[in-house]
Amino acid sequence: MTESNRIDYYPTHEHEGIKFRRGHSLPFGATMVANGVNFSIFSSAATACTLVLFERGADQPFAEIPFPDEFRIGNVYSMTVFELDYERLEYGYRMDGPFDPGQGYRFDKSVILSDPYAKVIGGRDTWLAKPNWDNVYPYRSRLAFEDFDWENDHPLETPAEDLIVYEMHVRGFTQHPSSGVKNPGTFSAIRAKIPYLKELGINCIELLPIYEFDEWENSRPSPTTGEVLVNFWGYSTVNFFSPKAGYAATGKFGMQVDELKTLIKELHKNGIEVMLDVVFNHTAEGDQRGHTISFRGIDNKTYYMLTPEGYYFNFSGTGNTLNCNNPVVRNMVLDCLRYWAADYHIDGFRFDLASILGRSADGTPLSNPPLLESLAYDPILAKCKLVAEAWDAGGLYQVGSFPAYGRWAEWNGKYRDTMRKFLKGDPGLVSEMIQRLIGSPDMYSQRGPTASINFITCHDGFTLYDMFAYNNKHNEANGENNNDGANDNNSWNCGWEGETDDPDINFLRHKQLKNALTLLMVSQGVPMILMGDEVGRTQKGNNNTYCQDNELNWLDWSAKETNADIFNFARRIIRFRHDHPVLRSPVHFRYWDYVGSGYPDISFHGTKAWSVDQSASSRAFAFLLDGDHAKEGIVKDVMVYVAVNMYWEGLHFELPGLPAEKKWYLVSNTDVPAPNDSFDGGKEPLLENQHEFLVGARSTVVLIGK
Amino acid sequence: MSFHILSEAKKIAKITLVGEIDSLSAREFQKEIEKLATGSPDELILYVENLTFISSAGLRVLIFAKQKMGTNLAIYIVKPQESVLETLEKTGLQHSVNIVDQYL
Repeated sequence: MTESNRIDYYPTHEHEGIKFRRGHSLPFGATMVANGVNFSIFSSAATACTLVLFERGADQPFAEIPFPDEFRIGNVYSMTVFELDYERLEYGYRMDGPFDPGQGYRFDKSVILSDPYAKVIGGRDTWLAKPNWDNVYPYRSRLAFEDFDWENDHPLETPAEDLIVYEMHVRGFTQHPSSGVKNPGTFSAIRAKIPYLKELGINCIELLPIYEFDEWENSRPSPTTGEVLVNFWGYSTVNFFSPKAGYAATGKFGMQVDELKTLIKELHKNGIEVMLDVVFNHTAEGDQRGHTISFRGIDNKTYYMLTPEGYYFNFSGTGNTLNCNNPVVRNMVLDCLRYWAADYHIDGFRFDLASILGRSADGTPLSNPPLLESLAYDPILAKCKLVAEAWDAGGLYQVGSFPAYGRWAEWNGKYRDTMRKFLKGDPGLVSEMIQRLIGSPDMYSQRGPTASINFITCHDGFTLYDMFAYNNKHNEANGENNNDGANDNNSWNCGWEGETDDPDINFLRHKQLKNALTLLMVSQGVPMILMGDEVGRTQKGNNNTYCQDNELNWLDWSAKETNADIFNFARRIIRFRHDHPVLRSPVHFRYWDYVGSGYPDISFHGTKAWSVDQSASSRAFAFLLDGDHAKEGIVKDVMVYVAVNMYWEGLHFELPGLPAEKKWYLVSNTDVPAPNDSFDGGKEPLLENQHEFLVGARSTVVLIGK
Repeated sequence: MSFHILSEAKKIAKITLVGEIDSLSAREFQKEIEKLATGSPDELILYVENLTFISSAGLRVLIFAKQKMGTNLAIYIVKPQESVLETLEKTGLQHSVNIVDQYL
C-alpha cells in the first residue's frame, strides 16, 4: 500500500482555503505526516481551541482554523493540515475558556500560545538580536526535521566512575574574543574546541540549560557599567523540547537541531559524553504578573502548583512551580527526556532543583514520587545518567536521601562544603573529609560511590580561583545591591580581598587551586569541574553571574598561557585519575585485604603511618590505596598515597612501608612551583627519602608505589 | 530567486543548483535525484556556484542521495559560496561530501 492509497492522505475539510482533516491524538505536538502536518494538543478545561498558522516571521497569521467538535477526543484536540511548507511554517494555538484565577483558570483567547511539545521555537533566533516587542506571537512553535543522519553513533554509556564532568555554558565557553573560533558562543564553536577538552582530559560535558529560553527576560541596565544585563544562564524555560536557537550559528536559518546533533555526534566520536542541565521545576511564565507564553493559557491548573486561592506556589524561587507529579505533566517530562535521549543521543541529565520533582500538587514531599520512579525505570532512559540537584528553594534538602530507586546520583553539596571548609583551614574536619574522599559511604551506602557527583565549584557560586581570592561576594554589577547570591561561600582570600601583586599571596592562591583539583581527582565518585577552573577563571568575586553576558562569564582563553601552571597541573592530575583505576572504584571500600596483597583496599595515615589524627584541631591526614584492589581486585594498579596538610606549617609525614620490590615516586606536590609541581605518567621522579615526606604548609602530595 | 536544475545521467551524474534550496525546491531536487538514481551513478557532481542558500530540507536531499544511490557514491560539491559552505560545515555534512573548487 502506498501512502497515497491511505484515506488520511486526503483532506476532508477546508477553512479559509486551508485543507485539513481529523488528526491523530498521539503523538502530541506537530508531526510531519504524509502530505501534511498532524497537530495535537491537550487541555483539560478549554472550551474551544483554534490552530493559528503563520508564514515564518509574518506579523499576522495566514490562517486560523477552529478545531471542529468532532476533532476532540477526551481532552485532546487533533487535526492534520495539508500542503504546509515545513520549513516556513510557524504555528500556535488560541484556547478559549474561563478566566477565573481564584479557581485556577487563566484562559485568554486573545493570546496565541506556544505548543508545549514544539520541537523548535522561533523568535529568539540570534542571541540578543533585538526582538519586535509588539510581536503578537513572540515565541513561535516550528517544526523540526527529525531524520538526522547519526550513522553509527549512539550514547557512549561510559561507566559513571570513569567520567570527568566539565560543567559548561555554551556561550560562555567560546564567546570571549580570545577563543579564536569562527562562530563564538555557539554549538558549532564547541565542536572547534574538542581538541582542548581532550587535551584537558574531559570525557563528559554538562551543558547549562540549552532548552529555549529568552535571554531578554528581565533585562535591564547594569548600575555599575550601564551595559544590558540579561538572562545569561538560562534557568527559565520557554519550551522543554527545543534547543536554544541563539546558541546555534545556524539559528537564524532554523537549523539549530542539526547543529546541536552534529556537535553531539562529533563529541561522541571523540569519547566525550553530553549531559544536559534540565530545568523542570518552573517555566519562564513567572507568577500571576508574568507573561502568558504557553502552559498558563493552555491548562494553568494542570501545569502549575497552585495555592487554594489560585496563586502560584514558589518552591523554585522564580515565581511558579511546575506540577511535576500531575500525571499529564509527568508524561510530558518523560516524553521530553525520552526525546532528548532518543533523538539527540544525550548521555545523561542533571535535574535543577530536583527535589521539586518529588513534591505533590500541594507541595508536600512524597515518599514515593511517581515522576522520579518513572524516570528511574524508563526503558529509553535506562542507560542515561540521572543526577539530582537534591534540594529546592522551598527548604527541601535531600542530599543523601533523594528518592533514588538505585539509579539517581546527586550533586553532593556536602562534599562541596566539606572540601571548602577544609581547604580554608577549618579544623576538626578530618573524619568528614575521609568520608567525602572515599565516595561518601555515610550518605550513599546502598548506591555506591557513583551516587556522589563530587564538586567544589559549579556555575552557582564562586569560581575556584575566586574561592581563594575573595572572602565575600561582590555582586554589585548584578544591580541587586549585593543582596543576591549565597553568603555561605566558605571561601578564604589568602590574605587580600581581590587582585594583588603580592607574589606570596598569588602563589598561595595557585597552590590552593591545585590542592582543590588534587582532592577532586583523588576522590572516589564522579568529579565535576566548573568550566575555566582549570585555568584559574575569575568572576571578580561575583558569585551569582546569572545576568552577566561579558567577561565575568566568558572563558578567557589567554589564561591557558598566563596560568599555564594551573592548566598543566589540572591536565596532569586528570590524566593521573584516568590512568589509575584504583581511584575509580564502582563500589565502596571494605577496609580490609580481600585479595591477599598484604594491604587493605584503603588505609588511613597521618604524620605517623597507620595512625590518623581525627581530633578537633587536626588539619592533616593521608590515605593509601592498594592497587591490587583496584576495581574490586579485577585489575592491577600501583599503590597511591595522598597526603593532605591544611595546617599553616609544613609537617613531616611518615610513609607507610611498601613491599620490598616497590619504591615511592612523586606524582604531584602543590608546595613546589611549576613545572616541578606535577609529572606526567611514567616520568614521576623516585623519592630520595623513601621513609618520610615533608608536606609543606597548605599543601597536597600524591605518590605512587610501584 | 529562481531555482533551476540541469542534469544528465551517466556514470557521472551532474546537477547544477541555482538560487535557494528551501523545502519546496528541495522536493524538485529530490525528484531529480530519484530520477538519476535509476542510472546507478558512481559520482554525483553538484555545481553550486550560484546557490545562495540551502535549508535543512536541502541538506536532507544530500543524505537521501547517499542512501538512494549507495554509500559508495561520491558526492562532489563544486565551488560553494561561503554561506552554503558554512551550513554544510555546521551541520556536519562536510564529512559526507567532497567540497572542491572545480571538478576535473
